[in-house]
Amino acid sequence: MSLEPIAFWGLAVVLLASSLAVVLTRNLFHSVLYLALSLTATAGVFLSLDAEFLAAVQLLLYAGGVVTIAVFAIVVTERLVGDRITQTSRQILTGSILSGALLVALLVVFRRGPLTVPRPTVTGDLTHAIGQSLLTSYVLPFELLGVLLLVALVGALYFARPDD
Amino acid sequence: MTLQAYLTLAAMLFCIGLFGVITRRNTIGILLGIELMLNAVNINLVAFARFLGDVSGMVFTVFTICITVAEVALGLALVILIFRIRRTAVADHLDLLKG
Repeated sequence: MSLEPIAFWGLAVVLLASSLAVVLTRNLFHSVLYLALSLTATAGVFLSLDAEFLAAVQLLLYAGGVVTIAVFAIVVTERLVGDRITQTSRQILTGSILSGALLVALLVVFRRGPLTVPRPTVTGDLTHAIGQSLLTSYVLPFELLGVLLLVALVGALYFARPDD
Repeated sequence: MTLQAYLTLAAMLFCIGLFGVITRRNTIGILLGIELMLNAVNINLVAFARFLGDVSGMVFTVFTICITVAEVALGLALVILIFRIRRTAVADHLDLLKG
């Protein structure tokens, strides 16, 4: 009996529970905190898939960056509006039906597909392989990504600038 | 764990995110739902990369994570801007284009 199934099921429960909390809590701020938990659990799932580098990137960029930006946006908009940060949901029936139908369709596809490939053993360092791949086969998208990030951050700065 | 287990987990996460995007009224809440959906896609990419023994899926995950961060930064900047002009965070109130 290896530890891997236990880790997977534990992570899956935390991930799904915190994600449900993200879409169901009424307090927007709690919602963001649950999102941080859910993103951290995703980093754990990456670890269970032997992708240590991606787990680190996930923690740094998502759980660190995105959550900080979201909290910042809530604080700013809260101050501007000045009322409570509760939020209501609408069209719960439509949402349940649509997402439930999509889930059933996806599960049917998974059941039909030939998805019983065995998990290959790790050969060499995956982080090393990612780095090599980034700077050889995918070097053009990699550079474009740098430009995209710069443009997005300058754009965000422009939009969020204080009024003159 | 099998590939199917990871795919099922990601499918559930995606559907939870979709539910959030459909039902939330607050713009920031909708963005959080989109985050969950992109997260599910990342799990799929990493799982396929690991089980097929091809590192390209993981490289794509690096790309999607960076693009998501850019999207969130811009999206929330737009939310703040809309707040400043319209004084509302509810997506249904932004109906300027309605004839």
